[in-house]
Amino acid sequence: MTTPLVPESLRTVTVLAGGISHERDVSLRSGRRVADSLTAHGISVELRDPDATLLGHLSETRPDVIWPALHGASGEDGALRGVLEALDIPFVGSRATAARLAWDKPTAKALVARAGIHTPRSVTLSHDAFRELGAVSVLQAIADEHPVPLVVKPARGGSAQGVTVVDDIAGLPRAMVDAYTYCEDVLVEQKIVGTEVAIGVIDTGDGPIALPAVEIVPRSGFYGFEARYNAGETRFFTPARLDDTVAAAAAAAAVAAHTALGLRHLSRVDLIIDAAGTAWFLEVNVLPGLTETSLVPLALEAAGYDLGWLYAELAQKAITDHRA
Amino acid sequence: MVTTGSQQALDLVTRLFINPGDVVLAESPSYVGALGVFRAYQADVVHVAMDAEGLIPESLRETITTLEAAGKPIKFLYTIPNFHNPAGVTLSWGRRLEILDICRSHGILVLEDNPYGLLYFDQPAPQAMRSVDDEGVIYLGSFSKTLAPGFRVGWALAPHAIREKLILANESATLSPNSFGQFVITEYLDQTDWKGQIDTFRHLYAERRDAMLSALGEYLPKLSWTKPEGGFFVWVTLPDELDSKAMLPRAVKELVAYTPGTAFYSDGQGKQNMRLSFCYPTPESIRTGIARLATVINGEIDLLQTFSGANLTTPIPTRSSVTTPPPNTL
Ligand SMILES: Cc1ncc(COP(=O)(O)O)c(C=O)c1O
Repeated sequence: MTTPLVPESLRTVTVLAGGISHERDVSLRSGRRVADSLTAHGISVELRDPDATLLGHLSETRPDVIWPALHGASGEDGALRGVLEALDIPFVGSRATAARLAWDKPTAKALVARAGIHTPRSVTLSHDAFRELGAVSVLQAIADEHPVPLVVKPARGGSAQGVTVVDDIAGLPRAMVDAYTYCEDVLVEQKIVGTEVAIGVIDTGDGPIALPAVEIVPRSGFYGFEARYNAGETRFFTPARLDDTVAAAAAAAAVAAHTALGLRHLSRVDLIIDAAGTAWFLEVNVLPGLTETSLVPLALEAAGYDLGWLYAELAQKAITDHRA
Repeated sequence: MVTTGSQQALDLVTRLFINPGDVVLAESPSYVGALGVFRAYQADVVHVAMDAEGLIPESLRETITTLEAAGKPIKFLYTIPNFHNPAGVTLSWGRRLEILDICRSHGILVLEDNPYGLLYFDQPAPQAMRSVDDEGVIYLGSFSKTLAPGFRVGWALAPHAIREKLILANESATLSPNSFGQFVITEYLDQTDWKGQIDTFRHLYAERRDAMLSALGEYLPKLSWTKPEGGFFVWVTLPDELDSKAMLPRAVKELVAYTPGTAFYSDGQGKQNMRLSFCYPTPESIRTGIARLATVINGEIDLLQTFSGANLTTPIPTRSSVTTPPPNTL
């Protein structure tokens, strides 16, 4: 047996995966992968779908660490994390307040911009504003002030659902409708043309560090829901095809964004690198996908990490932070 | 001949008759699983219109005439006469006879798929087309809907010459269908009141159909839908500007799901339709589900109305010509 030694304090982990959302399948795959990696590392893991019996179960079993692998709202918006804080059991990933700020894209952009990181020019509008001020005049005002190409996205939400790239201004109304069906606030953002990268940020105790950037090249030109979850729809380059100074600047921007938002343990920062080499912050995920085809595991493997070891380190860090 | 569900019978019949490019006539819409099989053998599926009484004989005649004029070989008509999947409608007796006549006179075989026939609500469905034509009809039955789909046991009743070929094809495909399942089913049919069990199912499903139709009437009175006399499905038609496929993830977000109409066509139609299934949820869940669906649909209609009439001008005015306040002051 070569089972690695596990510290006394880290014997049992409960991985939360599933939930009721359109990202349920992705979450189940992420959770299973995390659970398998931790099990292979000699930790006793329980995989749980969050339901009405969860809280009772957790307060009874009191695992050493909870690992939420829930994507989408509730998993990432801070709601569940708030409950875990109240339970007083260590958990992996950002705290509720930070998760809530990061989940709201306009808020995250504002905080990151304040830290000196570039983020594309944008405007956020509520559905009510359109009702009160009249859609035609508001849309025309946006069109006048924000030249195409634009990216229209729900202010909160994951997996690129409701996101449209608007190349022709005539497509703006339809794009607004699609985004508003997912969220009552919509972000209209200038589209930066460049290289799309995702940078994982991890912190096992020595401060946050950036993983190699993963470059995303969707076959259709747009990394939407289909491109994300269907094999062969997207090509990835790890590390991204950037020159060293540009890559270093992007890595620094990712770490700075993670820090500015007060995130901990693990995140994935999505950036676009323009022709001049400037990194533009788009958004951050407090629970990046951890499936066998997800970006952060790709980067971890490229950087030579053993997943079981790293996930155990993150769990250990959660315990340390909880005690602090 | 016993088959591995009627799905396998669909596969065998298609394998036997279809060369790439041959035409299969199917109702508009038609069963997604059959369309998948036809597509796999590269059949050219041509949909024929239906109404509340099922397939329309006049449309069938016109379609055949057009196809024959174009020199297209029509191999068979695939039809689900009873409690259609997905449309929920039933082919009237008069039309059954008329359709048999049309097909006979054009030398077109009829593939009659009848998994739901026994699951009627108020009165039995008309007799099978096969009951009046044992030369031109292949009839498919299944235990999937009346007992359990997991047995994977169905059957095909085919004209003699076709039957021989089907048996050979079945042997080369699977050697034999699941015999354990057949023993269990035989025992079940011998030892239990299976007709009584089907009556129980019929009452259960009728109650659920009623719940669905009344909830639709209450929550979505402006839409239209079919009124099934049996089976599992209601076919809903949405306003033109909605797209059932694009709407599905938003519905799932509201914790309600349906099958978008596009699944039931081979030619991209169906955006304005959705199939609702009432077989599994309880009447209370059905009401909740329809209420959620109404939230999604009404929300979408409301948004479309908010943004209708916004014809944005291109090219975009230059900055100096902006007279409206910049949006970030809103
Ligand atoms: C019209 C129709 N035909 C065939 C089938 C497949 O049935 P089986 O389980 O017997 O393969 C179904 C099942 O949904 C169906 O609705």
